[in-house]
Amino acid sequence: MKHVKTLNTVMLKKTAATGGCGECQTSCQSACKTSCTVANQSCENR
Amino acid sequence: MIHKFQQNGVNVVLDVESGAVHTVDEIVYDIVDSYLESTQQEIEKMFPQYSPSQIQEALEEITALKEGGMLFTEGEYESIMPMMQNRNPVVKALCLHVAHDCNLKCTYCFAEEGEYHGKRALMSLEVGKAALDFIVKNSGSRRNLEVDFFGGEPLMNFDVVKELVYYGRSIEKEHNKKFRFTITTNGVLLDEDKLAFINEHMHNLVLSLDGRKEIHDMMRPRAGGQGSYDVVVPKFQRAAESRNQTDYYLRGTFTRNNLDFYEDVIHIADLGFKQISVEPVVATADMPYALREEDLPRIFAEYEKLAKELYERRKTDKDFNFFHFNIDLSGGPCVMKRLAGCGSGTEYLAVTPEGDLYPCHQFVGLEEFKMGTVTEGITNHKKREEFSSCNVYAKEDCKKCWAKFYCSGGCAANAYQLEGNIFTPYKIGCELQKKRVECAIMIRAKEFLEAQ
Repeated sequence: MKHVKTLNTVMLKKTAATGGCGECQTSCQSACKTSCTVANQSCENR
Repeated sequence: MIHKFQQNGVNVVLDVESGAVHTVDEIVYDIVDSYLESTQQEIEKMFPQYSPSQIQEALEEITALKEGGMLFTEGEYESIMPMMQNRNPVVKALCLHVAHDCNLKCTYCFAEEGEYHGKRALMSLEVGKAALDFIVKNSGSRRNLEVDFFGGEPLMNFDVVKELVYYGRSIEKEHNKKFRFTITTNGVLLDEDKLAFINEHMHNLVLSLDGRKEIHDMMRPRAGGQGSYDVVVPKFQRAAESRNQTDYYLRGTFTRNNLDFYEDVIHIADLGFKQISVEPVVATADMPYALREEDLPRIFAEYEKLAKELYERRKTDKDFNFFHFNIDLSGGPCVMKRLAGCGSGTEYLAVTPEGDLYPCHQFVGLEEFKMGTVTEGITNHKKREEFSSCNVYAKEDCKKCWAKFYCSGGCAANAYQLEGNIFTPYKIGCELQKKRVECAIMIRAKEFLEAQ
C-alpha cells in the first residue's frame, strides 16, 4: 500500500477461538504492584 | 472503533477490535474519521488540500483494510464473557504478605508503613505452608503458579521465605505444578547470602528505587528520617548485575513532587539498570503528593520525552526496558485475557500474616473485602462473584475506550479507593495508561518504519 503500512498481523478475533487457557501470568504481578497492564504480557502457549 | 494519534513524527491508526496497528500518511490520517459517514464528494470538499485522485486512492486503501478485517472491525467479544465467568474458578497467583512490618517509612505507602490498617506481624511458616497448600489445591489444571513474597518488607522474615521456597519445591512435582517465586524488597537488608538464595530460586526480583537521591530520600526515608538511597543503590546495582540484567525490575513511584520524573527514569538508567518500571502514585486528593487532573499535560509531556529518549537509546548500548512502554503488537495475550482484567479476587489473592485472604494486596485490611482464610478457603463467595464479573464489558467507561484491550479495565483497588467502587475506573489512571500505550506504539512504529 502507498498510504498505509501495517505493523502487525495479530487478529484478536482468532485468539477468541483458541485462547483462554489461563496459564499466563497475572497482570499485576511482574513488575509493579500498583497498576495493571496486559499489552506487554506474553502468551504461555506461543 | 478506531483510534488515531500523532507522536514524534508518526501518524498511527489503531483498529481497536482487531488489534491491527497502522502507520499512515497525512491524507489517510486526515480523512479516516470521515470514511464511514461521508461520501467521497463530501470528503473532497472537507479536504480541498488534496486532489480528488489522491483522495480516491487513499479511500481505496482504507476500504481494502476494512474488507481485510483490519479497520473498522466490529467487536464480537461481549458474548464470550459469560463463558469466561462460568469457568471453574481457579487461583493461580498469591501475594504472600510475609511481613506486615517495614524498616522504611515511605510517605506514599498504601500499606501504611507496612501495617496495613492492622498491627505489625510476621507470617509464620505454618501459615505460609497452608497458603502454598491452598493454591495447589485451588489451581485446578493450571500448572504455573506465581507466588510473590511481599510486605511490608519481606526480607524482615527471610527465614520463613526460604523455608517456604523449599516447601514449594518439595510439593510441586507430585501435583504437577511449577512455582514461580518473586520477591519485592526495599533493599535495606539485602546482603550477599540473601541475594545468592534469591538468584537461585526467584523467577523475578522487584527492587524499589524512586530515582534521584533527593527524590528517593524525600519519599523513602528510614525510621530516623535519614534517606535510604546511599544504602540501597550499591546493593541494587550488584543484584542487577548478578542476574545478568534480566529477570528483575527496578521499580519506582513518581508523585506530584517529581512531575519531572523523566529525570528519575534517566537517572536510574544511567546508574546501569536495564529493567525499569516507574509508575504514578495512586493517592487520594487530600494528599499533597497526589497527582491532579491539572498535572496531566505535564505528565504527558514527560512520557513523550521519555519515549523519544528510549527510542534513541534502543539503538545504542545505553538502552533499557521501561515496563509500561513494552508492548507486544504481534503476539501478546489472547482476547480473553485482555478482557478479564488482572484476576484480583479470582485468580489472584493476597494472604495476610494471619492467613486471611483478600482480593489483592491493596485491599488487605479492608474488612469488607476479606474473602476467607488459607485453611478454610474462600468463604465470601459473593465477593468473588463480584470480582469475577468485573471485566471490561462490565464497566461503562471501558466499553467505549480505545485502550481497553491494552489495559484490561484498570486496577480494581484504585477504582475502589478513588471512585468508590470497583466498576468505575480511576480517571487519572486511565488518562496515563492511554498516553503510555500511545508512547509504546510510537516506539514500535518508528522502529518498524526504519526497518522498512
